[in-house]
Amino acid sequence: MPQILVEDLRKTFKVNRRQSGFFNSLKAFAHRQTTTVNALNGISFNLEEGELVGYIGPNGAGKSTTIKIMSGILTPDSGKCEVMGRIPWRQRIEHVRRIGVVFGQRTQLWWDVPVGDSFDLLKDIYKIPFQQYQKTKNELVESLGLQKLVETPVRQLSLGQKMRCELAASLLHQPQILFLDEPTIGLDAVSKLAVRDFIKKINRERGVTVILTTHDMDDIEALCSRIMLIGKGKILLDGTIEQIRNRISPERIMTIDFVRTPPSIAFPGVNSVRGEDGRLELHFNPSVISATDLINRITANNEIKDFIIENLPIEETIARMYDEFKI
Amino acid sequence: MNAIKLYFKYINLHVRGQLQYRASFLILNIGNLLVTFIDFIGIWVLFSRFGSLRDWNLWEIGLFYGMINSGYAISEAFGRGFDLFAYQVNTGEFDRTLLRPRTTVLQVLTHDFQLTRLGRLMQGLIILIWASINLGIHWSTFKILLLLFAVFGGVMLFTGLIVLQATMCFWSTQSLEIINSFTYGGIETAQWPLAIYNRWFVKFFIFIIPLACVNYFPVIAILGKNDVLNSPVWFQWVSPLVGVLFLFLSIRVWEFGVKHYRSTGS
Amino acid sequence: MKAYFSILKLRFAVQLQYRAAAAAGLFTQFFFGFVRVMVFHAFYLFNTTIQPMSLEQTVTYTWLGQMVFRTLPLGGDSEVLGLIRSGNFAYELCRPLNLYFFWYCRLISKVAVSLILNGLPLLFIVCFLPQSYGLIAPSTASSVVSFSVSLVGALLLGCAVANIISISTLWTLSGDGVQRLLPALVMIFSGNIVPLAFFPEWAQPALRYLPFSGLMDIPFRLYLGTLPPAQVFTLLTLQLTCAGVFIGLGLWLLSSATKRAVVQGG
Repeated sequence: MPQILVEDLRKTFKVNRRQSGFFNSLKAFAHRQTTTVNALNGISFNLEEGELVGYIGPNGAGKSTTIKIMSGILTPDSGKCEVMGRIPWRQRIEHVRRIGVVFGQRTQLWWDVPVGDSFDLLKDIYKIPFQQYQKTKNELVESLGLQKLVETPVRQLSLGQKMRCELAASLLHQPQILFLDEPTIGLDAVSKLAVRDFIKKINRERGVTVILTTHDMDDIEALCSRIMLIGKGKILLDGTIEQIRNRISPERIMTIDFVRTPPSIAFPGVNSVRGEDGRLELHFNPSVISATDLINRITANNEIKDFIIENLPIEETIARMYDEFKI
Repeated sequence: MNAIKLYFKYINLHVRGQLQYRASFLILNIGNLLVTFIDFIGIWVLFSRFGSLRDWNLWEIGLFYGMINSGYAISEAFGRGFDLFAYQVNTGEFDRTLLRPRTTVLQVLTHDFQLTRLGRLMQGLIILIWASINLGIHWSTFKILLLLFAVFGGVMLFTGLIVLQATMCFWSTQSLEIINSFTYGGIETAQWPLAIYNRWFVKFFIFIIPLACVNYFPVIAILGKNDVLNSPVWFQWVSPLVGVLFLFLSIRVWEFGVKHYRSTGS
Repeated sequence: MKAYFSILKLRFAVQLQYRAAAAAGLFTQFFFGFVRVMVFHAFYLFNTTIQPMSLEQTVTYTWLGQMVFRTLPLGGDSEVLGLIRSGNFAYELCRPLNLYFFWYCRLISKVAVSLILNGLPLLFIVCFLPQSYGLIAPSTASSVVSFSVSLVGALLLGCAVANIISISTLWTLSGDGVQRLLPALVMIFSGNIVPLAFFPEWAQPALRYLPFSGLMDIPFRLYLGTLPPAQVFTLLTLQLTCAGVFIGLGLWLLSSATKRAVVQGG
């Protein structure tokens, strides 16, 4: 049985309709209109233990609604959701004991007291046995490099330091599943890498299932073996990065530096974009023409200095994906 | 038991946080003390003109006033988390609460604890002591117990009101003021003897929001006065229990609210 | 000027969204007023001495007080407070407007909205109350005119005081003190808790010349006719002079606060 099982999950919300303008607000004062929004329109998927999944989609697609349902905050209108054999919203307390959640834009640490005190309080909240708590805390402090931060009040931490502490805080009770909502938002490059490394590590070493929502496609590329794309309340795509790439656009990019002025190239399945200083960028479809073929045909008549082959940047793929599904 | 231990850990954390700002802490406390005395100046002004309020004198009013304000001050200090609940809903902090394996009541209660609110308690106690000295009340053990019991009942009742107010946030964060008229309005009402009001109004504060049970009736018993409302003496002694019952019912309503929140996620 | 007018219009539309809040506020004000009216009834019931105001006048004064209660400067503009707390204050400094008058304008619109959404409906409701519980009509047409003029003066003064409270939040410590103390002074010395006429005779001259009487007491006495309508211009001058002093103080405080913020880079 999968660790997380979601079947035909549906959820609608009512929202107030607001129109701008002075007279419209007078009108709304007298009579309020609401519209129904389908946040989730029949979502189904399974997750196995130890997976690291990227859950992506544009704003308002239903990402956070799904996360809220899986973490027991929200009750769906209909459909099935079982996490480790439990129904999250029915058995909230037993359920949340075994999951960890990090919201990138919010904090779960107490603002005015040292981080260590927050940890101690979490120990009592989650009723973690003392020995186990000490051990887990030391490991987390070690691997996240928090030694100097434990004594510092949270308000004095930088964003990156805070996020590392957040991660530790959400893992103290050794959850089997970790939900991460934009964990790298606003972080500098070094902190981003540290956070990514850590996520990879706990997933690999402890087998913690990680569900990651993010708008940072580098996160996805660096971390996720599987991607689920949600839009308009439905799962639109579910697969590995490779599968999704091929599905959206199998295109590769070959960038070649020529010794002399680049020639004009007109092969089937190849688009060329001229660059500066003897550089040529070729977008090619490997199922029409293979990379070896392409480079052989070019080097036959031209002298080249260097070349690289890349995938389409992930940002680009995702943007095309959103575009294709019109979400 | 574990919950109570955890509760005091939280309180400890808040107190330590607040003591970091020592100067601010002092100013706020003194400020609160002064501000609430201003209320009593109003009462004093009226008595200086009228001499008495029916057959009640200034010190008897002081007893009502001191008790109701002490009860409210304590519940305000401890129930501050519920008081600020609109903020927790608006910022989504309540979602975090739902992610922790503890009851929502415990967690919201511990969300904040406001030491500075104790300035109001000081003021309530000062007036209480000043009034009882002037009244020459003979304080037997039972009377002291009744006084403490009544203040405790008041704390429970006001906490219940604050919980109800917080519950309303699940539907709308705009109309919270309605409850304010029962908390602040209740204090305003209960600092005068209930007997002076119109009867239907009195009934409201006995049966709907039972402020009379934590203030008027016990004070009558302590003063040994004849109650024009004809309450039996035994009832005057047990009436603060109603405050506990009120809190209990409020928590049930709260739980219903949480359920609603989790189905709308508003 | 056009910018300020747009602010007024926008804020007005924003506040109209809070329909439930308006209803709740109305209820609160009615409730408080009603309790006070009943207390005054009780005081007057066995009263034998001559009072500075008749029961009907006192009741009218109380209701007028409830109608304008929300215009009193009991706190700063909540949005401005939020801006300062969240540090978004820096944005405000980038606007091509005078910040002081930008905030002042917001306060004016808030006050105007609360008069329309709270004051007028309350006036309507109070008209249905039985005699001696409701409002007495103003004595002459000229007292209505002088009351209205003086009320405008009161609002302009009130917003100047409220702006001081907003601005004081830019100072962490002394700001806390101002935010506690100033509203308390307003409450008692505007006549909101007890009509100023009830205060002891020796306090009367001082009360009259404190700026706070211009917030409520002066317009209300003009309404009741206990101050002659002919005096309205002298009184308005007094109110506007006080407003001018508070505006000057506010401008100075704000400019020194922004200078400090620039120096500290915060």
